[in-house]
Amino acid sequence: MREITLSQAVNEAIAEEMRRDATVFLMGEDVAEAGTPFKVLSGLVEEFGTERVIDTPISEPGFVGLAVGAAMTGARPIVDLMFGDFIYLVMDQLCNQAAKQHYMSGGKLKVPMVLRTNMGATRRSAAQHSQSLQALVAHIPGLKVAMPSSAYEAKGLMKTAIRDNNPVVIFEDKLMYQDKAPVPEEEYLIPFGVANVKRTGTDITFIATSSMVQVAEKAADILAKEGISVEVIDPRTIVPLDEETLLASVRKTSRAIVIDEGHQSYGVTAEIASRLNEKAFYHLDAPVLRMGAMDVPVPFSPALEDVTVPTPETVAANARRLCAGEMIHAA
Amino acid sequence: MTKTNSEDYLRMYRQMVRIRTFEDNANQLYLSAKMPGLTHMYSGEEAVAVGICEALTDDDRITSTHRGHGHCVAKGANFREMFCELLGKEEGYCRGKGGSMHIADQSHGNLGANAIVGGSMGIATGSALRAKLLGQNDVTVCFFGDGATAQGLLYEVMNMAALWHLPVIYACENNGYSEYTKTEEIAAGSITARAEAFGIEAFKVDGQDVLAVNALTQKLVARCRKGEGPFFVELETYRYHGHHVGDINREYYRSKDEEKDWKENRDPIVRFRGWLVDQGIATEAEIEAMNAEIEEDATAAVAYAEAAKYPDVSEVDMHVYAD
Ligand SMILES: Cc1ncc(C[n+]2csc(CCOP(=O)(O)OP(=O)(O)O)c2C)c(N)n1
Ligand SMILES: [Mg+2]
Repeated sequence: MREITLSQAVNEAIAEEMRRDATVFLMGEDVAEAGTPFKVLSGLVEEFGTERVIDTPISEPGFVGLAVGAAMTGARPIVDLMFGDFIYLVMDQLCNQAAKQHYMSGGKLKVPMVLRTNMGATRRSAAQHSQSLQALVAHIPGLKVAMPSSAYEAKGLMKTAIRDNNPVVIFEDKLMYQDKAPVPEEEYLIPFGVANVKRTGTDITFIATSSMVQVAEKAADILAKEGISVEVIDPRTIVPLDEETLLASVRKTSRAIVIDEGHQSYGVTAEIASRLNEKAFYHLDAPVLRMGAMDVPVPFSPALEDVTVPTPETVAANARRLCAGEMIHAA
Repeated sequence: MTKTNSEDYLRMYRQMVRIRTFEDNANQLYLSAKMPGLTHMYSGEEAVAVGICEALTDDDRITSTHRGHGHCVAKGANFREMFCELLGKEEGYCRGKGGSMHIADQSHGNLGANAIVGGSMGIATGSALRAKLLGQNDVTVCFFGDGATAQGLLYEVMNMAALWHLPVIYACENNGYSEYTKTEEIAAGSITARAEAFGIEAFKVDGQDVLAVNALTQKLVARCRKGEGPFFVELETYRYHGHHVGDINREYYRSKDEEKDWKENRDPIVRFRGWLVDQGIATEAEIEAMNAEIEEDATAAVAYAEAAKYPDVSEVDMHVYAD
């Protein structure tokens, strides 16, 4: 199968959906001529013109608000938020407006929009361009949240997001844009709420999102050499969450580590871990462990930044201890 | 020409050259892969930061932007601590935690660069509110770009600053572009008229003319101290490099001819240097000597920063909360 980059995968998904549906349009800062600073959207303005690929001023709350209004009245906007860190600027439009219209109107209004943005540290971009803020939006009922872990997921989830009748936030890992993966030429969609079991194992389950899937897989490779068999699962969407697949795995392995690049406290890892505790407690041989980013703003210095995120080594070290029964009485 | 004025002029010249030299060295660090991340060059806009900051004292505050090295140098920062910060070293102004986009220099009243476009507008106006409430006499200058005028926050804070006569000067550095987009494509109507709509006196000035910028700022700062603020200044200027150091092939949005024209015909340093010589304030030889000394200073600071140590890893969770 051909291999393309995550960046190309996103581009293809959007182009295909814009060809299929004339109500889909794209809007954001430097999306047209520049094709975004990461060049993910290059070429779209040439095909679809400036009417459907719209460069906006630096007015994030404004253009996200416009997307909500356009979505409520018959269009399917995709808004591009250049960095995930700018989500704070658009919280009212996203969480008070987009997320609640369908419910508040008793099911009459719909907001079929996609907010595509990114996440991920270790790019030396410091505290305001490195955050992984998926937990913030996953907390809000009415928003769906997708976290592609490769080019394959990026394409299939984007197409599903565009066709979904709800506001969907997609977080891409900004360090993965040039990573290649096999992506079929034929059309495919990846349904929301269906986890992907990346590898099967018997001793412990790693549940990892986006950037952390690679970390989990590398940790599993390390552990395989030591005779520890790891099952790696990528939920692909955290809202909706495929609880069944996660629970089935944990019932089998009886141990789990949940890994996500957001801050560890009050985060995605906590939510998933607590569901496993609630629903698979009697199958567990060890506490479910959370591994997120350190609870600090992302520091600029490479000497500090690299220790703030889980690595294959730290994940493997924790897994070893869990499998040895060491952390059973962890606080 | 009195002696004191000559000293002021020479210091302005020196500060502009220091900014240009700092940026050339920072760019070199990037190109030779010695600097982590990306950075935004201030080269070409020196007369703006220097003209304004030379009208301020250390007690006066500024807020800066992602393109902040110029503001930082102009407000009095040292090369050493700045280069250390750019390289993420312990002796940097922020102990390596901030980097280029977050340099702050408390000792000279620089409240910090900001990686959120428009992110410092509230901070600057809040600083001015504090000055008024606590009966302090300092003025705050809020630097931001033409692109940042699209942020709604600006209009919220200008409204309050005008209602409450706060000692703040909004300094809009209009360099013609926000990232890869021309200003006229993202700004409707007149930028100064937006401030005027709040009853704020607004001025437009040639940002490549350090004397014009300085003369205007001196007047406005004095009036701010008398409670006549706020003010708004739009400074017409130009950035010589790309949006950031990695933005090298940029002809798709900005022509080489346009860049050449600004560099060859409107360079703020060349212009001011010519004036200094014409007025007999400095000779060509004296100016060359000053340039060389600044270059040496920068080279030494870069070498120092390269050899300096990174913060100890135990610092990673220091400074999350204040004691
Ligand atoms: C809230 C926010 N939106 C977008 C960006 C990305 N961004 C960084 S600089 C920039 C352009 C800013 O243009 P301008 O204000 O004119 O300043 P200049 O770079 O020209 O000095 C953009 C869009 C950002 N950092 N913050
Ligand atoms: Mg600009």
